[in-house]
Amino acid sequence: MDILALLADGFWVALQPQNLLLVVLGVTVGLFIGAMPGLGSVNGVAILLPMTFLVPPTGAIIFLGAIYYGAMYGGAISSIMLGIPGASTAVATTFDGRPMALQGNADRALVTAAIASFIGGTISVLLFTFFAPPLANVALAFSSPEEFSLMLLAFATFIGLGGDDIPKTLFSICIGLVMSSVGLDLISGQPRMIFFGLPGFFHGIHFLVLAIGIYGIGEILWTVESSKGGMKLSQATLTLRRIIQGIKTTKETFKATVMGSFLGYFVGILPAAGATPGSLMAYGVAKSLSKNPETFGKGNPNGVAAPEAANNAASTGSMLPMLTLGIPGSPTTAILLGGMVIWGLEPGPMLFVEHKSFVWGLIASLYVANLFALLINVAFIPAFVWVLKLPFTILAPIIFILCIVGGYAPTQDMHDVWLMLIFGVVAYLMRKLDYPMAPAVLAIVLGPLAETSLRQSLLISDGSFSVFFDRPIACVFMIIAIALFALPVLNLIKKRLMHKTHG
Amino acid sequence: MRTADLVMAIAMAFLSIALMWKSAELPIGWIPEEGPGGGAFPFWLSTGMLVCSIWIILRWIRRTSPPSRSSEPYMDKGSLVLFLIGAGALTAMVGSIHIIGVYGAIPLFLIFYMRVIGNHSWLMTTCLAVITPVVTFFFFEIALKITLPKGLTEPLFYPLYDMFL
Repeated sequence: MDILALLADGFWVALQPQNLLLVVLGVTVGLFIGAMPGLGSVNGVAILLPMTFLVPPTGAIIFLGAIYYGAMYGGAISSIMLGIPGASTAVATTFDGRPMALQGNADRALVTAAIASFIGGTISVLLFTFFAPPLANVALAFSSPEEFSLMLLAFATFIGLGGDDIPKTLFSICIGLVMSSVGLDLISGQPRMIFFGLPGFFHGIHFLVLAIGIYGIGEILWTVESSKGGMKLSQATLTLRRIIQGIKTTKETFKATVMGSFLGYFVGILPAAGATPGSLMAYGVAKSLSKNPETFGKGNPNGVAAPEAANNAASTGSMLPMLTLGIPGSPTTAILLGGMVIWGLEPGPMLFVEHKSFVWGLIASLYVANLFALLINVAFIPAFVWVLKLPFTILAPIIFILCIVGGYAPTQDMHDVWLMLIFGVVAYLMRKLDYPMAPAVLAIVLGPLAETSLRQSLLISDGSFSVFFDRPIACVFMIIAIALFALPVLNLIKKRLMHKTHG
Repeated sequence: MRTADLVMAIAMAFLSIALMWKSAELPIGWIPEEGPGGGAFPFWLSTGMLVCSIWIILRWIRRTSPPSRSSEPYMDKGSLVLFLIGAGALTAMVGSIHIIGVYGAIPLFLIFYMRVIGNHSWLMTTCLAVITPVVTFFFFEIALKITLPKGLTEPLFYPLYDMFL
């Protein structure tokens, strides 16, 4: 019952006029960003984080949380209308959403997507409400060895489950951690990694500089290149009657939606997985559970509902480890976590003890955001479709300017703006060669904590790594982490053996 | 694509070595009573980067990664032009902030981008080139109290400061 009382307090925070306004604004902005081809929640949150310095931390995270949610809804719009995923999280939505649009059922696909997102969001926030406090309680007992092994586990998920090129993923993790170590040594206070004696390096490399570089500048350069061809926009006629008809038919997709919600939520908790694989898996499962799987890919509404429910559920899922353990479950939550540090809040289980109104305000605002996202989405579909017609040559320079000014704001140093530009260009060039970028962002956010916990652990044990195996919880994390690191190697050996027996 | 993959891996290998060398400025070994030295964390991670780069190069030689097998160009001519114009314009904008400030650089960048790349009408371009810096000023300088760099244009803002701050 305690939880319900806390949640009620949270609603009191979330329903404050200013916070309510921020939810509505955040959801609307998120829907727009999600609807723009190529841009998703992570880009929106990275580019707009500096703007939130205007409001108190609770308002800021409520706004960014609402953007996260809105973008998950919005991603479906461009998937369905253009056949181009609005964000990678909405890739699976194109499989059946696009065929539906081409058959003249664009409106139905949009309504199905919105309602599935709503159900996915609601189920996942409920799960979140009841999972988070006990998990945070467990995490309160963690000390540095547990913290470090947990972080290692987070990085290991990228190797074992990320599905990207392994040396390139490892490289991305390492470079992110090295960048986090620039500045002053946390323990001795000595300056380190001060390149060319530039004073700008003394305050370290701010995570936002890397995040805006990669997800702002790098991403726009990428989108400018990939959207140079013409796009074909589908027609959608929306009347109240057709919307109500659409709502009535959601009964058929209810099973797929609920399945997608649970799957998405649990996949979303894993740092490397998140909304994109979650929605692809939900699509796969919905297809294999269906009585007529051959209709998938040809405009089956279940193929829209399952991934859309999953990607919204995953976005809530990824907040669970961020708030309870201080380990982000997705690149977007990594940026939110970094934001919390800027606002002077220490992420992790202590939040549930020391900043109750912040945590529960955020949780309650997710319920509110979810409702508003549905209403705004359905009511303003024509406006979002109009966004798709907006030429990218207007959006791109404005987003570039937002990046440059936003990158200057946190430290107010032109040095960081240059650094951000370099990161953006290099990230774009590396991404073309399949270097994953999300691990580096996670690493730069977690780096300082990872280093401190590692050094403290080693100090406790006088330099022996056995400290990570002597303690039961740390040992479990370490074993899972090692197993995840070994997974690709085992797969490779299996493949070779299969090859031999067949050949 | 194949050449680019190798060039990037070699460049990153050199970067790793430079980072290893740089982090070795602080002690990288064990200091009694203090634990690992200040340089240890970045040093061993840079070593990790180097190992990964060598691994990537080995995979390139054995042609086991997709980019190392790809015969497609890394960037075709159109993409290269777009990339060079985009990145070049951004660099020019950031550089010009030092001289003419944010409020000089933003309109110039917008005019260049919208006219040259976007072929938008002068009316549209002018509107955005005027509105964007005004919104930026009110949001950052007035609401957030973050002073953006103004370079030579600083004196022009004195009356505005008097009015709003």
